[in-house]
Amino acid sequence: MTTMQRLSRVDAINWNRLQDDKDLEVWNRLTSNFWLPEKVPLSNDIQSWNTLTQQEKQLTIRVFTGLTLLDTIQSSVGAPVLMEDARTPHEEAVYTNIAFMESVHARSYSSIFSTLCATRDVDDAFRWSEENPTLQAKSELILERYRSDDPLMRKVASVFLESFLFYSGFYLPMYWSSHAKLTNTADLIRLIIRDEAVHGYYIGYKFQQALAEATPERQQEVKDYAYELLLELYDNEVRYTESLYDEVGLTEDVKKFLHYNANKALMNLGFEPLFPSSVTDVDPTIMAALSPSADENHDFFSGSGSSYVIGKAVATEDDDWAF
Amino acid sequence: MQNADVEAGRNRSLVYFSTKSGNTHRFIQKLGLSAQRLPLNREEPTPRIEQPYILVTPTYGGGYAEGAVPGQVIRFLNDEHNRHLLRGVIAAGNTNFGEAYGLAGRIIAQKCQVPLLYRFELFGTDDDVAKVRKGVEEFWKRQAQSLTT
Repeated sequence: MTTMQRLSRVDAINWNRLQDDKDLEVWNRLTSNFWLPEKVPLSNDIQSWNTLTQQEKQLTIRVFTGLTLLDTIQSSVGAPVLMEDARTPHEEAVYTNIAFMESVHARSYSSIFSTLCATRDVDDAFRWSEENPTLQAKSELILERYRSDDPLMRKVASVFLESFLFYSGFYLPMYWSSHAKLTNTADLIRLIIRDEAVHGYYIGYKFQQALAEATPERQQEVKDYAYELLLELYDNEVRYTESLYDEVGLTEDVKKFLHYNANKALMNLGFEPLFPSSVTDVDPTIMAALSPSADENHDFFSGSGSSYVIGKAVATEDDDWAF
Repeated sequence: MQNADVEAGRNRSLVYFSTKSGNTHRFIQKLGLSAQRLPLNREEPTPRIEQPYILVTPTYGGGYAEGAVPGQVIRFLNDEHNRHLLRGVIAAGNTNFGEAYGLAGRIIAQKCQVPLLYRFELFGTDDDVAKVRKGVEEFWKRQAQSLTT
C-alpha cells in the first residue's frame, strides 16, 4: 500500500503559502456558496404539500430521511476521516467546511419536515430508516470503507456517497418541481446538489493526486476495488429505488438518473464512465428541473447550424475583461 | 496556408485551458485533435495564436457569473489579436450547477459574439468526444466554404 504523508503535527495555517492552489480555489468556491435553510421560503410549499396523496407524502418524507442519513454520515464520519488523511493544512480546512455544510444539509431536511409535515409521520419515517435493509446496507458499505485503513478507498467511498448515492433521493424533488410542486423545497435541494458537486470534485481530485503516486499494480488494484464497490452500491441502490418508487411507477426513470450520476462519480475519480448513453437518457423534464439551461440548444454541432443562440445577457462580469 | 488544407479543414486548431484537475486536458486528449494549452501559471506570458481557433474552457465557481471564466482565459482573450481569431467556444461544466452549467462558455460567446458550440460535463463521455470531433471537422469545412464562396 502506498504510504501517504499525513500531517503529523499542527502548525498555524498560512493561507498565503499554498502547497496546492486547488485548496484555496475550492475553499473560495465553498465559502461563496454558503447558505442556510432559513433563506428559502419553505412555507410557500404548504399549499402544494397538501395536494399530495398520503402515499406521495410518505414517499417524500422517506426519501428525505434517507438523504438525512447520508448527510449525517458524511458530516460526522466521512469528512473527519478525510481530515485525518489530509496532506496540507488547507486541505484539512476544506474538509471542515464540507463537514459543516453536510450538517447544514441534514438540518435542512428537518426544516422541511417541521414546515410541511405532521410530527408523527416524520417519526414514522425515521423509524423506517433505522429498519430499512437497503438503506442500512448502503450506509454499512460506506462506513466499512471509512473504518478501513486505506486512505484511497476512503476517498473512493466518499466520492460515491457525494456523487452517486444521493441521487435516488434527489430525483424526487426534481420530479415534483417539474410538475410545479414543492418548488421552494426544490430550490433548497438545488443548493444541496450544487454543494455536493464541489465536494465530489474536490475529494476526487485529491484521490487522483494520491493515486498517481502509487505503483501501477496498486493503481490497478484500487481501480478494481472502486468499480467493484460501485457495482455493489448500484445493486443495492436499485433495490432501494424499487422499494421506494415502484408504487408510483417511477423506478425506471430513477434508474437512468442513477446511471447518469454513477458515471459522473466515476469521472470525479478520474475513471471512465461505466453506463452507456442508451441507459443514461434521463427524462428531459428532470434534467430541466436540475439545470434549467440544460435543454437549451447549445449543441450547435448536431443542429442545422443556423439555430444556435449566442449566450443571453449575463449581468455580472469580471473587472479584468479589458474589452 | 495551402488551399487544400483550408478546404479539408486542416491546420485549424483548438486552444484550451485546463486546471490542475486536468478534466479539460483529458477531454482534448480523447479528441485527438491538435490543440494548444494555455499556461496554468499566471506568471507565464499568454500565447499569441496565428490562425482561427475554437476555445475549450472549464467553468469556474458555483453559479455566479463573476469568476466563471478562468483568469488565464480572460487574459488570453484580452489580446485583441487572439480575440479576432476566435470562431467558437466549447465549455465544460456540471449540470449540478443548474443555470450556471457551462456558464463560462455563455459569457465568452456573448462577449466575443461567437457561437457556443457545445457543453460537456467533467472530462466528457465517449458520445461527447464523438460529437465534438465530428462537429469541429464540419465546422471548419463550413468556415472554409464560406471564405471561398
